[in-house]
Amino acid sequence: MQSKLLRYTFGRLAFAIVFVFLVSSSALLLARLAPGDVTSGLVPAGVSAETIARERARLGLDRPLLEQYVGWVGRAARLDLGESYLYQRPVGELVGERVGNSVVLGATALALATIVGLPLGVVAGARPGRIAAIVRAASVAALSVPPLISALALAFVAARTGWFPVGGLPPPDPAATWVGAASMFVWHLTLPALALALPFAATIEQLQAQAMTTALGEPHILAARARGVPETRLVWRHAWRTAIRPVAAVYGIIIGTLLSGSFAVEVVAAWPGLGRLMYDALVSRDVDLVAGCAAAGAVFLSAGTLVSDLALAALDPRARQEAS
Amino acid sequence: MRRLGGAVIGLVALAAVAAPVLAPQAPSAQFADYTNAPPMRIRIVGPDGRWHAPFIHPIRLVDRLERHYVVDRAQRIPLEWFRGGRLVRPAGGEVPLLLLGADSVGRDVFSRLLHGARLSLGVAIAGALGALLIGAILGGLAGYAGGIADESLMRAADFVLVLPAVYVVLALRAVLPLVIEPHDLFWLVSGLLALVGWPYAARGVRAIVAVERHREYAAAARSLGASHLRVLLRHLLPAAGGFLVVQATLLLPSFILAEATLSFIGLGFGEPTPSWGTMLQEVSGSLGLVTGFPWLLSPAVAIAVFVLSVHLVIGPRDSAAALTGLPTRR
Repeated sequence: MQSKLLRYTFGRLAFAIVFVFLVSSSALLLARLAPGDVTSGLVPAGVSAETIARERARLGLDRPLLEQYVGWVGRAARLDLGESYLYQRPVGELVGERVGNSVVLGATALALATIVGLPLGVVAGARPGRIAAIVRAASVAALSVPPLISALALAFVAARTGWFPVGGLPPPDPAATWVGAASMFVWHLTLPALALALPFAATIEQLQAQAMTTALGEPHILAARARGVPETRLVWRHAWRTAIRPVAAVYGIIIGTLLSGSFAVEVVAAWPGLGRLMYDALVSRDVDLVAGCAAAGAVFLSAGTLVSDLALAALDPRARQEAS
Repeated sequence: MRRLGGAVIGLVALAAVAAPVLAPQAPSAQFADYTNAPPMRIRIVGPDGRWHAPFIHPIRLVDRLERHYVVDRAQRIPLEWFRGGRLVRPAGGEVPLLLLGADSVGRDVFSRLLHGARLSLGVAIAGALGALLIGAILGGLAGYAGGIADESLMRAADFVLVLPAVYVVLALRAVLPLVIEPHDLFWLVSGLLALVGWPYAARGVRAIVAVERHREYAAAARSLGASHLRVLLRHLLPAAGGFLVVQATLLLPSFILAEATLSFIGLGFGEPTPSWGTMLQEVSGSLGLVTGFPWLLSPAVAIAVFVLSVHLVIGPRDSAAALTGLPTRR
């Protein structure tokens, strides 16, 4: 069984590599085929035609598309993602910085959503009544406030009360202590993470409530209840173990939505993540940076899906069976 | 709750269709003396305590820097109904009726909100219809043909589903010229939305057609000499009709949001064309500024209310599924 799981992991890893390659090369080709290139901005700036031609030759933009692409693939295989024209820095370094911020934002939001959504879902699913009705109403409302809107609303609250910064992440202060820097980071992270977490908490709550209701109707719960197992233990030990599976399965699917939502939050809250970088790269036709961002996004996506699928396989023997 | 949601959706749709009549001002009309003016209230009781026909008090700018306005209670401006092709407008035509205040260049937020509903809803509806069309064709094909066609089409659908939709739309939009005529942009954005939305419809249609084609009525139609195309279009696809309606309703909120996100970052409809996203974009530059003028966030409220109504109509079960992209019920 151990080897089965191992083989499954390897199969998924191979697929992930193909996926990352596909996504980043299509992003590269897309950005390359788009009208204009990085030197287009120089024309209105009054740079002479010869200088632009020289610049394009230096960047290799005058060579055939296929040759450029093959060159990029060759370098990318050696993990050299090229240089960003926009920032005049290596793409790998730049993307690494930004993707870190995005991952922290996404992971915090997902953790928050789980901490809030899971218990509420169990309670709402297990005990129909007034509390369940309130939780359900709240979660339908939360589901209707997409990250773009919740980020705007929270920014409004922040600006009005002054409790939290409206947006952005200041560059680290070299004089600050380790604790000071960390608390500064958390202080700036709170609102974007909350904005992103809201709809996901609602989703998790609803799925958990549904799964819980189903699980409580199963024969083994009835049997346990007949044996005199206390209701609390019944809910949290017996039913929850079967009810967690459909919820766990959702994490793999949520990742894509999480990335989309994180883009909106990053833009509104000026969080220096991958989304903003990708946007800047696309608009300025910074081809290598576009490909680098796409690669990072694809890695994020496949890593998230892989981790959640492996967790599911570890949790549920049936998922292992299907996989092999 | 379901009825309430349906009623709100109907109202928004009506507001969008009838925007030119309902809006007291033209959406691009600028009133220089009313930049960032607060909302006006329609009153029926005057300061003297007597009842009047509905009227408004004019507002006057007292502090140009702080954009501070006072209500001039001494004057009453009666409202005119059904004049000049509009439902309501202030008499005299000098003072604008600003039900939701004015934006930073002195345009009526309420009128822009109504006109914005046309674009925002229009793009979303066109996109959803496009997604359903592509989805029904490809899903029907996959379900009917089976085999390699089925396998490859569904792999393609899975690939599109796993990509974050906003990034795909953003990437495709960003590589096109930045400035596009609003009319062309409308169809372009709808097309992009259809391009990321079709797999949701395709997967469900495929599942339905794959089951239905083994039913007796399909076999009967075949044996009566109906062609494959006829069986698929006339007999099998109607079975997916109910699913498609639910799917269309589910796609609307996410498409409205996608348009808003696109316009918000400046790749959607540009000034002065009002859409809900464009109106929010104006706020984006200076979020701190909003504290004084909260009415500028009314498009955000409009989006939230509309999405909530859709969720009320569909029911929470399917709306949670919509966010995760899970296959929904038939």
